[in-house]
Amino acid sequence: MKTKIKHHIEDRHLLAYSAGALPEAFSLMVATHISLCDRCRAQVEAYDALGGAVLEAVTDSSDAGLDRALAAIDAVSPEVTPRPEPAKTGVIPAPLRDYIGGDLDAVRWRPVGLGVRQAILPTSGEATARLLFIPAGAAVPDHGHRGTELTMVLQGAFSDETDSFARGDVETADEALNHMPVADISADCICLAVTDAPLRFNTLLPRLIQPFLRI
Amino acid sequence: TMEPSAEPDWPALIGRIRDHRDRDAFARLFCHFAPRIRGFMMKSGADATTAEECAQDVMVTLWRKAHLFDPARASAATWIFTIARNRRIDMLRKQRRPEPEDLGWGPEPETDQADALALQQDSARLKDAMTKLPEAQRHLIERTYFGDLSHREIAAETGLPLGTIKSRIRLALDRLRHHMK
Ligand SMILES: [Zn+2]
Ligand SMILES: [Zn+2]
Repeated sequence: MKTKIKHHIEDRHLLAYSAGALPEAFSLMVATHISLCDRCRAQVEAYDALGGAVLEAVTDSSDAGLDRALAAIDAVSPEVTPRPEPAKTGVIPAPLRDYIGGDLDAVRWRPVGLGVRQAILPTSGEATARLLFIPAGAAVPDHGHRGTELTMVLQGAFSDETDSFARGDVETADEALNHMPVADISADCICLAVTDAPLRFNTLLPRLIQPFLRI
Repeated sequence: TMEPSAEPDWPALIGRIRDHRDRDAFARLFCHFAPRIRGFMMKSGADATTAEECAQDVMVTLWRKAHLFDPARASAATWIFTIARNRRIDMLRKQRRPEPEDLGWGPEPETDQADALALQQDSARLKDAMTKLPEAQRHLIERTYFGDLSHREIAAETGLPLGTIKSRIRLALDRLRHHMK
């Protein structure tokens, strides 16, 4: 389970997650990554501490209704939660399992051509989250980005013009990057990818089918 | 009402709720934090009624979930902030908030007390450092947490020494991972 993660989520996205400012799809990416990465988890919790300091600094002297709250706690029974079991991390970390409705075998894949498959996950409309299945040795067509795209490897590995990425690694791509991710030959590659704007494909065929795939 | 200069021991009060369903402990936490949650929500764009509703909800959640508070990883203010933030996403943005995998429970409280104390001290220093920031910088941080900035507008550089608190949390996580084996 312990993987050596080389590529982390940028601090601005971790801060935005802590502040509650990320679109749901990006929050899903952060939650999935920090399920595997204690470095980024600690950074998020440090930003939460900053949020605590912001909350402390708010001044408001009004009566917030103590009597009402005391009546409310009398009415709720104490929550008896069993000790949560340490999560059993399979290929799919828990927050992502919630969106798939199960583990890898529950994913409803759709072909997007050249052996690549995807499954769009249900999130709010500001951004899109999808799982990508890239057969060993296959490539995602050459493309650019209109906004930000984060791609995290769940299984296998891929490489592009910038570097190589293995389980837990996150690639951050923006307007400045054009790339063609290629899955390693050793195993099929499964990724979580989130985008806040459509991709820009550099070849005709993907461009024609793009509207149907919601890429 | 004037606050005493020394901070009450918030983690101990939350512990009394967890262990004894202590209503007095709850009342003290409420009087300090509920108005702040209310103010936080109003600065985040909620109207007065919604803000008060949120403050009530958050404090009742604290009562119900006191057993989930881990003082080695968060101060009381931090923990309450995270509950309030999630409530805001739920109520104002009408979205789900994916949470990371649960790491289970921390080590037993006795072994963990030094960590918890050190974290509370780091949190107090952070709070103090924030009051000393230049106005413009503090304002930017506040706007970030009040939800005024989009994720594209947020820059991560806060100018605050978050590194110390981060390494403190990292230690607590390492210990937790160790216990899980
Ligand atoms: Zn990371
Ligand atoms: Zn891309």
